[in-house]
Amino acid sequence: MSTVPAEIRELRLDAIRREAKEKGIVDAPGVRPAGSPMPIASPQTGYYGAPLLKEPQWTPLIPLYFFVGGAAGSLGVIGALADILGNDTDVALTSRWMALSGAVLSGALLIVDLGRPSRFLNMLRVFKPQSPMSIGSWVIAGFSASAGLASFADLLNALGGPRPIARFTSGVGRVGSVLLGMPLHNYTGVLIASTAIPVWNTHRRSLPREFGMSGLQAAVSLLELSGYENRTSLSLLGLLSCGAETAEFAQAISDRKPETEPIRRGSSGVLVQAAAVLSGPLPLGLRLASMFTGKRRARTLRIAAACCGIVGSLCLRFGWLKAGKASARDWRLPLQIPREGQSG
Amino acid sequence: MNPAPDRTGIQPGEVTAFFTDSTLCIGCKACEVACKEWNGIDEDGLNLSGFSYDNTMALGHSTWRHVKFVEGMPTPGLGGNAPEQVSWEFSSDVCKHCEVAGCLEACPTGALVRTEFGGVYLQPDICNGCAYCVVACPFGVVQKNEEDGRAFKCTFCTDRQKAQMEPACAKACPTESIVFGRLPDLREHAKNRLATLHARGVADAQIYDPTDTSVKGLHAFFLIRGEPQTYNLPPMPEVPTEYMRDGWTSAAVQGLTLLAGVALSFLALRRNGRETRG
Repeated sequence: MSTVPAEIRELRLDAIRREAKEKGIVDAPGVRPAGSPMPIASPQTGYYGAPLLKEPQWTPLIPLYFFVGGAAGSLGVIGALADILGNDTDVALTSRWMALSGAVLSGALLIVDLGRPSRFLNMLRVFKPQSPMSIGSWVIAGFSASAGLASFADLLNALGGPRPIARFTSGVGRVGSVLLGMPLHNYTGVLIASTAIPVWNTHRRSLPREFGMSGLQAAVSLLELSGYENRTSLSLLGLLSCGAETAEFAQAISDRKPETEPIRRGSSGVLVQAAAVLSGPLPLGLRLASMFTGKRRARTLRIAAACCGIVGSLCLRFGWLKAGKASARDWRLPLQIPREGQSG
Repeated sequence: MNPAPDRTGIQPGEVTAFFTDSTLCIGCKACEVACKEWNGIDEDGLNLSGFSYDNTMALGHSTWRHVKFVEGMPTPGLGGNAPEQVSWEFSSDVCKHCEVAGCLEACPTGALVRTEFGGVYLQPDICNGCAYCVVACPFGVVQKNEEDGRAFKCTFCTDRQKAQMEPACAKACPTESIVFGRLPDLREHAKNRLATLHARGVADAQIYDPTDTSVKGLHAFFLIRGEPQTYNLPPMPEVPTEYMRDGWTSAAVQGLTLLAGVALSFLALRRNGRETRG
């Protein structure tokens, strides 16, 4: 035991002598060289610190899909209601074709990420309510069909096709877009929360809210950048989403549980926090400021807020995947071993 | 002595299991070799981990049996270690074939199924490589083979079991550290073995089979010495579907918030007349 200084060894021998003299027995666990560099498996060090959980094996296409799907779902709801309730035909029309494009792009991203893309239809072999991935597959399939019907009705109208058919397809498409747009805009939060990854499942209540509001913000921002930055209804929805994201951010940074470390520290923490600022306080400030300035200034501020919102929503998805990978590498969490200097 | 229970004549419908006794394991890796040969698994790299004689470190798509080399601090006493030598235990790890399996719940294609022997089997002709099972396993067992595109894990040698044969690893094990048989028989066997060890003074021996968690017990359970953490076994594994109720509730509230937000903002700021189209 050459790593232990001589004087400590002598002190230890004295202690053993004392113990033997007083109790008549020495029940010390044996020689434990302090500060030994030898890697060991123990209840304190786990199995040499080897990760227990497997890291998520998704490519960057998946967080990109989280972004596109979140925006598409929200656009589906906006597109189905904006003209009926708000008499805003232009926003509704644009939302509907953007929702359809998003749905098609979503499907493409998911298929390309599969290990065996040619087998993507196997997703529709079964319907499993206990699997968020299965529910999600059916939601995307149904939403794509609904968005397709809604846009087909728009096409019929534009070409002067038969009125009753256009009306019927439009109705079915809109109902489908609303009913499936709601889950599409945030089910991905449930998808990653229902896993063994500690940083994801510990945020199972906040993730669907955060992903949903982020999707709404992306949708509003995309519409504003498409020339509808003057719509007060969109501004209001923008304010709702930034406000909600700000509240989530405040709650997230005050949570100091060891499970939340990947969203507070390291490169994943930087990304998630940057995303939170870009989709919460920053656009909130810009949008609030735009209410108190002249028309031209207000337009610039809203466009700046929209840009922040889109970048923020993208960063949020990439940040959470990165955080999931970092969390899977942390062997202490699933083994319930506290970090040094931490009590529980 | 505790002779292994009779494993002959197992019929489909009976639940089979592995009982892996780390106190009998000699670290020969015969189970790993037998598994690879029978199942035709890829080699898993020629890396030196630097941690004892364990160079694969974990179960994965090309490692369905994994012998852990648990090196601890010098502990004079049982096992015949010299006082200056590290303590050394071995344990052959495998897919736990959980009673409630996270991977099986998560699989969106139905590629993962429960077999007629109660095991969890991944059908390679159905799997499309979505990789959701990878994050759904609380034991980090399932892994996607990036080259092949599909996920892989222990099959419980379902093919052999159908032919009334025991799995390759159990057959190859020279010390009966891996015992295969009917689940109730093996639970009884494990209890007897534990009692024998305790009677001999191996006070830290315990059975690892988390029946009181949402996993509801394992079809491949272990006898270990000391704490499960030392063997990279989670003390409280949970099936991730447990988190779904909270998740969907929150998602539903958020979905309705979206609907109400969109409806109210467009209704409140209803535009007058038709927009002039460009």
